Amino acid sequence: MSIQVERPAEEKHPKEKLLRMDRIPHIWCPTCGLGTTVTAMASALEQLELDLNNVAVVSGIGCTGRVAGYMKLDSFHTTHGRAIPFALGLQIARPDMKVIVFSGDGDLISIGGNHFIHTARRNVDITVICVNNFIYAMTGGQVAPTTPITARTATSPFGNYEHPFNLPLLAASSGAVYVARWTALHIRRLTTAIKEAITKKGFSFVEVVAPCSTLYARLNKLGTGLDLMRFYHDNSVIKHGADVREVDVDYQSKIVVGKFLDIEKPTYIDCVNDGNKRVFGDKYKPYGGNHGDN
Amino acid sequence: MPRVTTHRLLSSLMNVSTATSAKCFALILPYFACGSRKVRRRYQLKASSDNVLTGSHYLDGNHAAAEGAIAAGCKFFAGYPITPSTEIAERVSRRFPLIGGIFIQMEDELASMGAILGASWGGVKSMSCTSGPGFSLMMENFGLGIMLETPCVLVNVQRGGPSTGLPTLPGQADMMQARWGSHGDYEVIALAPVSPQESFELAIHAFNLSEKYRMPILIMTDECVGHMTEKVVIPPPEEIELVERRYTDKPAGKAWPFELTDDLISPMLPVGKGYKFHITGLTHDERGYPIINAEAQEKNVRRLIDKVNKHVDEIIWIEEKDVEDADIVIMAYGISARVMQPAITKARKEGIKVGQIKMVTVWPFPEKRVRELADKVKALIMVEMNYGQVFLELDRCAAGKCRTYLAGHAGGTVHDPENIYNTIKEAAK
Repeated sequence: MSIQVERPAEEKHPKEKLLRMDRIPHIWCPTCGLGTTVTAMASALEQLELDLNNVAVVSGIGCTGRVAGYMKLDSFHTTHGRAIPFALGLQIARPDMKVIVFSGDGDLISIGGNHFIHTARRNVDITVICVNNFIYAMTGGQVAPTTPITARTATSPFGNYEHPFNLPLLAASSGAVYVARWTALHIRRLTTAIKEAITKKGFSFVEVVAPCSTLYARLNKLGTGLDLMRFYHDNSVIKHGADVREVDVDYQSKIVVGKFLDIEKPTYIDCVNDGNKRVFGDKYKPYGGNHGDN
Repeated sequence: MPRVTTHRLLSSLMNVSTATSAKCFALILPYFACGSRKVRRRYQLKASSDNVLTGSHYLDGNHAAAEGAIAAGCKFFAGYPITPSTEIAERVSRRFPLIGGIFIQMEDELASMGAILGASWGGVKSMSCTSGPGFSLMMENFGLGIMLETPCVLVNVQRGGPSTGLPTLPGQADMMQARWGSHGDYEVIALAPVSPQESFELAIHAFNLSEKYRMPILIMTDECVGHMTEKVVIPPPEEIELVERRYTDKPAGKAWPFELTDDLISPMLPVGKGYKFHITGLTHDERGYPIINAEAQEKNVRRLIDKVNKHVDEIIWIEEKDVEDADIVIMAYGISARVMQPAITKARKEGIKVGQIKMVTVWPFPEKRVRELADKVKALIMVEMNYGQVFLELDRCAAGKCRTYLAGHAGGTVHDPENIYNTIKEAAK
């Protein structure tokens, strides 16, 4: 049964400026956490009052990988796991641009895990937003490196036996300068975190725990997307500055959220410039990309 | 015939008159190698400008390729160490700080290939180098480069394979991987230098081709050329002509990243200028938007293929010698095109009419020319360090009209010219 809603002709989508309206409706399922996450990103960009010409989004493959296709920015939908190296090249070529990687847990942390840790290590000036739904959703709900122990998936039909990654710990220990985690329920806090992450110089990381009602919730009999949002409401524990070693996500237990890390460290390009200036002095020709003079 | 081809090629690439391109040919392509090198013109030694180390040098093929890339304006290099290609990365890492470029050693080859695509879309000429195993790892993002139609250059200094194979010894067995290594259907352009001098020149040519045809270009060199040290003459910068990127002249809102044009080469859209374009590795329409159906697939893939096929006469660069009255034509690329010279000389001394074709471009294969020759000659021979890769194309295009022979081996060393001579003798029977 569908409900027809009469809308006045002049009514516009509130985020129209930041969405490719010619590609809406999107492919995501009803109650997927991506809707609120993309809204939070759009709100963050609006509130920052950035020149939107100077913001680029890079995605990998998967449900979250489709974000690049819906945001009205220079946007790049790359290969599975390789959004970060592509973004690195783009950011180094155009250091004046804000480059945001928006992708999923399987894409960024499993197949792209090596790029994630090394780009954090170098402190390349990009923002990585990882939507963690604990599962490979686009391919039908297989086990991920983030799937909590005992959770059922299409390829862990008797419950997952593997230890999952703790993403904030991984990011922080690899060298990220900003690490936060929120759920798709915490829209305003998430928006603030994305704003801070984009503003931060260096490798900033925001994990968004998000419901996948079609697969994760169904396979684990957790109810609807709304039930998962209610679960986040009842079980999220805000602990700013929490020790990242203690923020593991266990199956259907408390989720520690908050801003865990916000430190200063020279970025990759700063280090390259400083190092070369020490060696070459005035002879050094600093690399600054082409500053849009193309 | 080869000279004419080259002039036309340069004219078409550089949009200059044939006379200018002839001059340019004399300067940046100073010889037809095949063993006996003749520098036709003495270069005036002068102080180096920022990017171009004008003058005579003693360089190996890898260092020369790095200098070619730098002369072509490459300012972003992402790579991962692998023998026998590493000297390219090493040279670039030393040279870039003084010329405003940036070198980054990535965590692996998958990342290297991804990073040069990102940098290219950022508006910077970009490059990577690798060898066999790394080439395998780069193949997925190479396909992304093809699909996103991204200018960049990738050098494969071929070693013996499969797997880890012979890291320090030469091979030419990645040629079919160069052609078909990434999944799906597409066309590639691959060049093969025979010497350090040509490594320098073809690096420039590869960047020009990549900008002209808006696609990644492969330089399929080998360990022997890469590590062979010879005189390399670098011309003054004003004599090196470069093809710059073609951006759309349409305003934001009216331009699409894969706009259909008569020549099938879409102008690129710059980032950061308000175009807010989208590009994807998914099958897409001219707007860059994913379209998941057979009709869109046909249009998209067909255009990627036609883009190269339509310009095949401009792209193909082969150099012929003694072909007109030949009974036997021997073809080769890379180091094998030099190694075959003593065998040819010996056979010709014995009165066997052997002509030769050096393939500067291996892909696209010079199909039209080989079909013509197959009608006229008794036999065609392919010399390559593998057990029949480019030979398969030769054999296909000969189509039974003449005999075909492969002078091949598994790699690890260059050919013994005696074995090539024996193949010529057999073909002459």
